[in-house]
Amino acid sequence: MERLLDDSGKLLVLGNEAIVRGCIEAGVAFASTYPGTPSSEIGNTLQKIGQKAGVYFEFSTNEKVALEAAAAAAISGVRSFAFMKHVGVNVAADPLMTLAYSGVDGGMVILTADDPSCHSSQNEQDNRYYSMLSLLPMFEPATPAEAKEMIKEAFKVSEELKSPVLFRTTTRVNHARGVIELSKPEQEPAKGKFVKDACRFVNIPAFARMNRLKLLERSEAARRVSESSPYNTIEGEGQVGIITSGVSYTYAKEWMEDVSILKLGMSSPLPEDLVARFIRDKDMVIIVEELEPYLEDQVLRVARQNGISTPIFGKRTGHLPRAFEYNPDVISNIGIVPVREGREPLSPPPMTLPTRPPMLCAGCPHRATFYALKKAVGKEGAIYSSDIGCYTLGIQPPFETADLVMCMGGSVGAAGGFSAVTDQRVVAIIGDSTFFHTGVPPLMNATFNGHKFVLVIVDNRATAMTGHQPHPGTGRSHGGRDTPALAIEPLVKACGVEHVVTVDPLDVKSTQKAIKGALEHDGISVVVSQSPCPLELKKRRVLQVSTYAVDQDKCVKCYHCVEALACTAFYRDGEDVMIDPDLCIGCGVCAKICPRGAMGVVE
Amino acid sequence: MRYCVQIAGVGGQGVLLASSVLGHAAMAAGHKLAMSEVHGMAQRGGSVLSTLRFGDEALSPLEATGQADLLLGFEPVETYRMLNLANKDTYIVMNLQPTVPVKVSMGAESYPAIDDIVANIRSVTDRLITLNATELATQAGKAVAANAALIGATAGVKDFPLERSLLEETLLETVPERFKEINAKAFQLGYETVRSAV
Repeated sequence: MERLLDDSGKLLVLGNEAIVRGCIEAGVAFASTYPGTPSSEIGNTLQKIGQKAGVYFEFSTNEKVALEAAAAAAISGVRSFAFMKHVGVNVAADPLMTLAYSGVDGGMVILTADDPSCHSSQNEQDNRYYSMLSLLPMFEPATPAEAKEMIKEAFKVSEELKSPVLFRTTTRVNHARGVIELSKPEQEPAKGKFVKDACRFVNIPAFARMNRLKLLERSEAARRVSESSPYNTIEGEGQVGIITSGVSYTYAKEWMEDVSILKLGMSSPLPEDLVARFIRDKDMVIIVEELEPYLEDQVLRVARQNGISTPIFGKRTGHLPRAFEYNPDVISNIGIVPVREGREPLSPPPMTLPTRPPMLCAGCPHRATFYALKKAVGKEGAIYSSDIGCYTLGIQPPFETADLVMCMGGSVGAAGGFSAVTDQRVVAIIGDSTFFHTGVPPLMNATFNGHKFVLVIVDNRATAMTGHQPHPGTGRSHGGRDTPALAIEPLVKACGVEHVVTVDPLDVKSTQKAIKGALEHDGISVVVSQSPCPLELKKRRVLQVSTYAVDQDKCVKCYHCVEALACTAFYRDGEDVMIDPDLCIGCGVCAKICPRGAMGVVE
Repeated sequence: MRYCVQIAGVGGQGVLLASSVLGHAAMAAGHKLAMSEVHGMAQRGGSVLSTLRFGDEALSPLEATGQADLLLGFEPVETYRMLNLANKDTYIVMNLQPTVPVKVSMGAESYPAIDDIVANIRSVTDRLITLNATELATQAGKAVAANAALIGATAGVKDFPLERSLLEETLLETVPERFKEINAKAFQLGYETVRSAV
């Protein structure tokens, strides 16, 4: 990773690392994010090397804060970079829409990492529409190497137009790996100075109306930039035209034969004149883009307005799918254009294979919390209003502690609604990082409006799912700044919650008792279930590993452990329950719940 | 020339490390390359797939179904799940050591017999090579070097375009000094197993 700081050379890197290098070469002074897959490794890399590269970097409490902070940096004249996953832009959309009115002075690039096929997300929304909604220009790289170069162009365009620029990647760019060539970083100011200009920066209605007109002018200027952008190019000869953007380009380029490709790297605003010229004399045009018919609908409009009758194929004509990410097979199956021939895939005899969904890791404290929670709730049951994080995996049997998952912080807000309209017991579950992200306002809402539910804060001392990034509850210790950890319990109390208990979930009995007490409380009660993520401890090399084994003489084969705890380290050898010594980290929870005390530490 | 390796396994098995070693070796050999890998939620013990494509024109990070030149299976069920990435000419190197999913331990699902998996694959291709990477690694000194055995196995595959020495050097660069010997040994055992099978 340190080699990303070199001035020259070739490196094989992850798309997200290429993006960091692009920012370094662009002379970015400020960067901020809230971690989210597929953008997470950008932050992890900046956390490690940002300071050495002269980049101030922070994990903000949420995407809205990240964008606001980056906006202020850019308004003060330095190059700033805010990045987040696609749904993070929803959180940041409020400042985004009005920042577009104000514009910026230093270059500002806002990266949205979309996740077609929902590899690690709750939806696959197409954030190119944010470009249309905010009237901000947008770039879409196809490969890691292109992403690195394109970031620099995006900053250049941003400063030229005095406008923030959106940069849209997808999982297959962020998590692709490719070779980049390092070039010398540009010299850009590291410190800014804010110059007051109320007409621009204070969008009271009178000023907002003026800025709205300026935004429309900037959008038209951006279209002119797009018409001649070095990233909007035509390659190949042929009477079949392909219009494409992002990673879809690589599939079209490698699998379609005898076509001319208009590759839109700067996809918004659409270079309408270029598109009209490209499609005018073609026999047919195919729009190859993932998710929504974003380009297709605009190309159809351009054709209509220019009196062009070339047939245009894509999603609207049913030739290409609208759901999920594209791949070479999608291109091969298009049917209306010659494609590279492939060999016949093997079709082995059908076999019933076990499923392998992602699971809570062996020794995960969430598993212990869920075990205690299910015991405490008992047969009467409850609505489990869950949230975004590792603990969403509680959806799996035997726990099934996720009945609703919408968005970050949504568990607590929804719990209030459930409690208002049902007579069912309600348990909300939220992680520590998610609680700081957007869990605090709904908790205040709950005490304010007199709701009744139990909130379990599963505090594993990290933003674990995305790679153990720090958050206010852990304090920061990177980039030359050390800040203290913010305690959750006083914060919960300050929200008006009277019944708060902090427990260690590995102490199963006490946790069960605490949750039972919380369920009996009339009003809002909070249980902070606190135990660090063992993977994070392992990373820091402070995990004390011991290994448990089952004493088969004591075991009565009741299978309570595998059925009710279901640790990933368990496996069956005939009738016997075994513990995989390579997976067991020695949390000891199985030994505590075994009715016969059959598990014990081995050497 | 285009060459594609698909690596199938379980999150946490070291699929990412193996694809990184193969990728760096391909770069060192002067190839253009494109790779894709799985990060995030699926890494928590779910099925994972890494794709490595190298050669003159490799641009796309994904490969079409059936077009792999080599399918490297870190786990039997995961290899079977991904068999449609291979064709009759594809070499399939499969680790026989199963990683049992929790639902199987819980008794809710069952894991097929390894012999059945092998027989079913052999019924559609004669290019399956099996090895027990965990056993080879244990023989070399440490079970976690299973990765090294599988990378060694790759080096032994007929017509694999990257040199054995290059792969071994690239692998050992990623390994801490004190584990180099064990990894080199596991690499060699993997290599020899495949060689003797061909």
